[in-house]
Amino acid sequence: MEETYEFTKEDLEEIETIKAKFPTVMPATLPTLWVAQRRFGHVEPAVQRLVAETLDLPESHVHGVASFYTQYYKERKGKYVLDVCTTTSCQLCGGYEMLHYLEDKLGIKAGETTDDGMFSIQSVECLGACGYAPMMQITNDVYVNNLTEEKLDKVIDSLKKGEMPEFESVGMPLLEKRNI
Amino acid sequence: MASDWKSFEPVLIPDIPNLEKIDVYEKNGGYESLKKVVTGNDWTPESVVNEVKAANIRGRGGAGFNAGLKWSFMPKPDGGPRYLACNGDESEPGTFKDRKIFEYNPHLFIEGALIAAYAMQITTIYVYVRGEYISWVKMMEKALQDARDKGYIGKNLFGTDYSVEFEITYGAGAYICGEETSMLESLEGKRGYPRVKPPFPAQKGLWGRPTTINNIETLANVPLVIKNGSDWFKGIGAENHPGPVLYGISGHVNRPGVYELPTGVPVMELINDVAQGIRGGKKLKALIPGGSSTPVLRADQLEGISMDSDSLREAGSMMGTAGMIVMDEDTDMVDALWRISHFYHHESCGQCTPCREGTGWAEKILLKIKNGDGEIRDLDLLLDLTTQMEGRTICALADAAAWPIRHTINRFRDEFEARCKKSVHAVA
Repeated sequence: MEETYEFTKEDLEEIETIKAKFPTVMPATLPTLWVAQRRFGHVEPAVQRLVAETLDLPESHVHGVASFYTQYYKERKGKYVLDVCTTTSCQLCGGYEMLHYLEDKLGIKAGETTDDGMFSIQSVECLGACGYAPMMQITNDVYVNNLTEEKLDKVIDSLKKGEMPEFESVGMPLLEKRNI
Repeated sequence: MASDWKSFEPVLIPDIPNLEKIDVYEKNGGYESLKKVVTGNDWTPESVVNEVKAANIRGRGGAGFNAGLKWSFMPKPDGGPRYLACNGDESEPGTFKDRKIFEYNPHLFIEGALIAAYAMQITTIYVYVRGEYISWVKMMEKALQDARDKGYIGKNLFGTDYSVEFEITYGAGAYICGEETSMLESLEGKRGYPRVKPPFPAQKGLWGRPTTINNIETLANVPLVIKNGSDWFKGIGAENHPGPVLYGISGHVNRPGVYELPTGVPVMELINDVAQGIRGGKKLKALIPGGSSTPVLRADQLEGISMDSDSLREAGSMMGTAGMIVMDEDTDMVDALWRISHFYHHESCGQCTPCREGTGWAEKILLKIKNGDGEIRDLDLLLDLTTQMEGRTICALADAAAWPIRHTINRFRDEFEARCKKSVHAVA
């Protein structure tokens, strides 16, 4: 049986705020999909239907948008989705090595989810952190820069405890004072 | 030539702690340029456009078009809505500079966008940031709220009859949304399919209304031009491509990162002095100068080349976003090109056949070569394929996919042939 989804009152208020930013309702499609994904963890077809009904837009339109953009999860994922960048700068600096290390460590391949539903791994395209390669992003949120095997071990350990790494500011090397 | 780059003091992201806080920004002269143009008798919208045009700020998003000239394409106000769309999509591999502005000096960009909006009599500004940059989106939201609270955004700016709205929105993972018309489609809540031009966005942009699209770094230069004058700006860096630039240096260097320096810095000085040379004492093999779509250059092509559009064109490449990817002697060019082609195949929106099919086919052939199953004739097939892709699509993604293939094969042909030699079809 298909699960039914409902937005909370807060979600609906947020969606109204989003709608007010634009002259028509259609531009709210992407942001509302984001609200839905944060609420339900994914935007499988039943969630897309909810978004379409909430915005009074055709379901086909919402499905077209959801399927076009890679950050929307069209199927269920693990609690933490590890997006390892393997595009050029990360490739050059060991992105694939980091990806394979994670695969071995978690016993799954890129694109898969661990049996306990804790982790999914994805090999993703450029995340725009090329100077801090190799890097990854955790569940469309925090960037983890300058990955090493040790750093990955630490991150996985803390995620198992439910702790997300904090935002890591990277200074500009010529402005040395910022690096203190 | 920017031979004096060593004494250059950053202006886009100066060394001022907590500049992202609006009070600190104001204490350092922030929002004075905005006030000057909106309230000053010396400034009309037209004179702001002319000053920016004279400064010759060339678009920092990659295309390098004179920003003021672009602004001048906007039709005269007709009472209806007009839009400024600020492009913070930043998805070109090798490029990671705009996020520095969001993090360290967001108000410079906000002020620049507000001045741009005033100059074109625009009443609504949208900032479009890639969805992955959610941490930076939050920083921008905070900065926008602070600016709104201080009265720099909203109704009747400084008591004049000029009002402006400023909203931030973000994507959800699609490189194509950095292409200006795709970004408009995405802002309108659709798939990021590029639009056929003409009509250009200045005529028909967001919701069919006049729209100008500028990169974040481009707009960050605007308050500096208003504050210091166009002659000051033109005096920085390369003659035909002036101003400060955020260089992103990544790959096999000792000190990768974003550096603010003038345009026109010699490439080898950027690699050896600024980024402190190649990791592990290895030799330089190649450089992609301005994001993965700009043609790769061999180390021997870099002698005397500086980072500006004229010099790089002479060398057979482009400035792009100034996102430099440095490759050492151990880099496998076949692997590197395959990964670049994989990226463009993954990111092709699929609207135009030459791009949808071409990027996929190219990736397949390159994978075959990478796996040692390639034939020499595959290289010529790839070169032929690039000519079938270039200039035959709605947007430039097909070109961006084709250039690296053509130039990497031509400039490193030996390496590609060597990989094909195992094949039974190889020429002995």
